[in-house]
Amino acid sequence: MKAAVKRRSGSRWAGWLFVLPAAAFYVVFVIQPLAMTVQYSLYSWDGIGVATWNGVQNYLRVFTDPDLFAAILNAIKLIAFFSAVPVVLGLAIAATIRRIAASRLALVARTVIFLPQVIPLVAAGITWSWLLSSTGLVNQLLSYIGLEGITRAWLGDFSTALPAVGVIGAWVLLGLCTLLLLAGMSKIDPALYEAARLDGAGPLREFVSITLPSLRQEIGVCVTVTVVAALASFDIVYISTQGGPGNASMVPGLEIYYLAFSEREVGLASALAVVLTVLVIACALPIQWLTRDRSS
Amino acid sequence: MKTARREAWTGRVLLIVLMAATLMPFLSLFVTALHPSGSYPLGLEWPDDPQWGNFATAFTAARMTELLKSSVLIVLGVVPISLVVATMAGFAIGHLRIPGRRIVFVAFLLGLTLPFEGIITPLYYLVRDMGVLNTRWAIILPLIGLFMPFSVFWMRAHFVNMPEELSESARIDGASTWQLFWKVHVPLAAPATSSLAILLFLWTWNQFLLAIVLVDDPLQRTMSGALGAFQGQWGTDIPLLCAGSLLILTPTLLVFLIFQRRFVTALLQGSLKG
Repeated sequence: MKAAVKRRSGSRWAGWLFVLPAAAFYVVFVIQPLAMTVQYSLYSWDGIGVATWNGVQNYLRVFTDPDLFAAILNAIKLIAFFSAVPVVLGLAIAATIRRIAASRLALVARTVIFLPQVIPLVAAGITWSWLLSSTGLVNQLLSYIGLEGITRAWLGDFSTALPAVGVIGAWVLLGLCTLLLLAGMSKIDPALYEAARLDGAGPLREFVSITLPSLRQEIGVCVTVTVVAALASFDIVYISTQGGPGNASMVPGLEIYYLAFSEREVGLASALAVVLTVLVIACALPIQWLTRDRSS
Repeated sequence: MKTARREAWTGRVLLIVLMAATLMPFLSLFVTALHPSGSYPLGLEWPDDPQWGNFATAFTAARMTELLKSSVLIVLGVVPISLVVATMAGFAIGHLRIPGRRIVFVAFLLGLTLPFEGIITPLYYLVRDMGVLNTRWAIILPLIGLFMPFSVFWMRAHFVNMPEELSESARIDGASTWQLFWKVHVPLAAPATSSLAILLFLWTWNQFLLAIVLVDDPLQRTMSGALGAFQGQWGTDIPLLCAGSLLILTPTLLVFLIFQRRFVTALLQGSLKG
């Protein structure tokens, strides 16, 4: 008995050997650079010469330099497009197609609306740069319905560049949200809906009192994924506007890239990186906590 | 009954609108790619004389064969190593119940939503000091680390649900932990590992930030990174750019269409778990 116990606990410690390679990759390529980012953020460094201690100066600049702070605000504004639009629209669409979710058409649609999620974001960026250009499809359609007055190069206009980037993000994320929510709806007991119908509830009432509460977890996932995508956006912005015109669509991810690799302000770039990381975690954790808590 | 039928019809119409909105950009890309190279076509306009040759021109201009090879090599570097390493860790944390597993697991979880931009600057210096800057290893090694939180998380979720009795009986037959892992658990984990492989393939293939920062030569990059360079080079020739983009999209599209069921399930589960 004693020997058996000993053998067991011995082999339990031996199990650590199985974790070791994964932990090594994680520590070397994630934890270590993370610590280095924090360290760099406290110095002034051009990436080549000697780094000089800078204290919290870099952080002060992140929050006081209007250009840098504007980038953070832009990321927060993008949440409206990347998150709010796909989640709200996705809910509406999923609720409408719930009844025909098993039909042939819906199966084809499942594949089609998933496409934006599969292609590289870079490709989505190039495609939409073309659609939103002055001779692109969007303007063509607007002229067709008599709205010639508002046609423009959407990504090149100071007032529309950021929303236009947002539209690209919404297009990419809508399919994922719709399918996630639809999968959640298919798990709801149909008897609930029948009971509601018998009580004379309309589609709207049904949606508010049955569908929404049951989708707590799925909505949480959609919001988390899309909020993180908005705050940490890079690919789409890099390809479609490069942060321009001027600074109109600059986001933190792209600013970090420019600061670190073109302007050689490694310290400042790292401070912004720390702020971005904290912002992402500060947004993701509460959403997870709020939506997961009760079911488990 | 009447309302049900009306709802079904609104549903169908909505689905078709949604599919059209999804496909329209691709259609516009395709039609534009057929216009004479260097011209400025309208968004959606069938050309008088479709230039199918544009695809061949873009194929050579983008050096597609080399790009494909490079992307495949990077995927072959990332996916198998990640799978083996993450399966081992998931097994130990989820099934062997090693002491201190909670702490290890939480430590991995912390990396789950980490934005890549947060550590890209030190990664550059790290990779440079390792002497692999501008090689494919500069993308492969960090990606394995960056995907590790999700991979471990995914595999642990599988192993947590494996019954204890399974291992008990193998142990009674005298199997060591190593044999138990490879002979009993790895085969049983096939559904979980294959879904993970699909996700890792997709995320590697589409990786952009690491490619443009850590590798200068587009021919050593992932497909995405190369597409970025292609845009820089041919950005003013819209038909050629569209043709090139379509070509670069094609491999992922093909893989997606072949494995579509698994893809959709894997990605939906992936986001649910993540």
